[in-house]
Amino acid sequence: MSQGFSPERRPRGAAFIIAAGLAGLAVLLLLDAAGLKQDGGYAGVGPGDVPRIIAYGLLVLAVLTALSGWKGNLPKPPRQAPAPVLWILGGLVGQLVLLHVVGFVISGALLFGMTARGFGQRPLWKAVAVGLVLGFVIYGVFDQLLKLNLPAGPLERLIFRG
Amino acid sequence: MDSFSLLMQGLASAMDPMILLYALIGVTLGTAVGVLPGIGPALTVALLLPVTYGLDPAGSLIMFAGIYYGGMYGGSTTSILLNTPGESASIVTAIEGNQMARQGRGGPALATAAIGSFVAGLIATLLLAFLAPQVVKLALTLGPREYFALMVLAFVTVSATFGDSALRGLTSLFIGLALACVGIDGLTGAARLTYGVPQLMDGIETTTLAVALFAIGEALAVAAMLTPPDGMHRVTGSVRMTATDWRRSWKAWLRGTFIGFPIGSMPAGGADVASFLSYAAERKLTKHPEEFGKGAIEGVAGPEAANNAAAAGTLVPLLTLGLPTTATAAIMLAGFQQFGLQPGPLLFVMNAELVWTLIASLLIANLMLVVLNLPLIGLWIRLLSIPRPWLYGGILLFATLGTIGVNPSPVELGMLILFGLMGYGMRLYGYPIAPVVVGLILGPMAEQQLRRALAIAQGDWTTLVATPVSATLLGISAVFLIVPMLMRLRGRGQVLSQVAGDAD
Repeated sequence: MSQGFSPERRPRGAAFIIAAGLAGLAVLLLLDAAGLKQDGGYAGVGPGDVPRIIAYGLLVLAVLTALSGWKGNLPKPPRQAPAPVLWILGGLVGQLVLLHVVGFVISGALLFGMTARGFGQRPLWKAVAVGLVLGFVIYGVFDQLLKLNLPAGPLERLIFRG
Repeated sequence: MDSFSLLMQGLASAMDPMILLYALIGVTLGTAVGVLPGIGPALTVALLLPVTYGLDPAGSLIMFAGIYYGGMYGGSTTSILLNTPGESASIVTAIEGNQMARQGRGGPALATAAIGSFVAGLIATLLLAFLAPQVVKLALTLGPREYFALMVLAFVTVSATFGDSALRGLTSLFIGLALACVGIDGLTGAARLTYGVPQLMDGIETTTLAVALFAIGEALAVAAMLTPPDGMHRVTGSVRMTATDWRRSWKAWLRGTFIGFPIGSMPAGGADVASFLSYAAERKLTKHPEEFGKGAIEGVAGPEAANNAAAAGTLVPLLTLGLPTTATAAIMLAGFQQFGLQPGPLLFVMNAELVWTLIASLLIANLMLVVLNLPLIGLWIRLLSIPRPWLYGGILLFATLGTIGVNPSPVELGMLILFGLMGYGMRLYGYPIAPVVVGLILGPMAEQQLRRALAIAQGDWTTLVATPVSATLLGISAVFLIVPMLMRLRGRGQVLSQVAGDAD
């Protein structure tokens, strides 16, 4: 949970990046709204108008964010450990890429294993093995019993439809 | 028919064994996720949405409401024993509760929290049953402009009134509103911000956004922490409350209930706000001011009653107006929509049986919860000994399961990762999460009401303030936006930042 960290009184680079992101989002909304046909009907307000209002709001917020960043008004996060974040992201990206190749159970086991590794569990193979068991249980319950359609790979076909 | 006989009818249908089973599953799951740090009721309901797709609508909705109530009960356990609130509405419980646990009075603290939650849940659910039909009558007189004004009020209170920065709250809200624009426009059918990607036509899935922000963002933030959290305090001695404990608790329970219910039922913030206000009230009224900060039982009893009463209160605008005021309520609204039901005044006419069964089930769920929480407390505490690697590995596996179950496309999983990273970044820099979710769900509804109101008035914007009701609501919104900003400017912001709620 986020807690109030003491703000530091000097310009904060992060605030400018956030401001740029908000402005970028606003530009996306404005460009898209410009490409829409303007049929407001009786309301005089078409599909592009509300996104435009939101975009103006985002632009104002971007300016204010940059200003408050200049004054150092942004909570300063404590030091972060990058390795666990990369382990978890690796697991998620791996699942995205592998889901339709190896199926839900194996890709899920890898995600579980890499997340556990990110939280300090070693060795990796043991965590993946636990994930494999959990993946099978989940697949059995949700795909077979609750009829949720989970992508099957060679392993699932071998065991559940063999 | 009056509320009482409708409620009795609801009770009769709620006694159906299947419905009882759904309620039991809901409260059990709710207590479990309330106890576990890192997952709250909002996330759990979001995870279960796709799973309940093929199940009975009434049963599923009862289960969701059970999770919400259960989360409020379970959250206190973690607050008291670990000093890490299981969900945001239990943050203040940690102040006195953890002090009590340190002095070996963890048992009575848990007991006063559970019994207080029961008393509050009971009274507040009855209030809900008798108040809801009145609000429905009122709601039928409201037109698009009044609804739009109500939604503006909800936007303001969710994002800007509490928390330590109106700027960051509003930024979160506008990100949610921007994401809400993606997809087919409800009134003209124009495709907005889809860039030819078919998966974006339906808009951004509530489940995907909520799961990414809450589960993945939280997992990344916890994993990246360099300092491990506090250890647990064993419960020593009896859970029994002494006569003095009872005498000091019961007034706090009642006060908490009557603070929590109105806060929850007006679009004025959720359970976290209510629990904080109750704490402040107990602190003012206590006869033992010297004990506050060192384990005063009123400081546990009041807020715990208040957060349960507020949870019940939130159901008033949700059911009668279709207006969610917290992240959990917003996701429950998505749950109604999944079954083709639109909460609002018409729900009480078209699906009267479902509504009253739901309300009656809450009374039963409340009874189940006090049984689950008092004698079985030892079981729930054991949940806390699950090692964090397994816990978070499991959370992420379930988080992706929900998304894969709805739509196993790389686009959907890609969004999950993207929003997960966004959630991590937002946690790092103190941006609240709930306004994004509320913005995503309420955004399109507010837009429709706005455009309908303008269509009726032939494009005349002054129509928005043309009736006393809408003008008053917009006026209150402006006050809720501006007054807290002035308070922060004058250095009185600490009060507001303590009320900052994150999740539920």
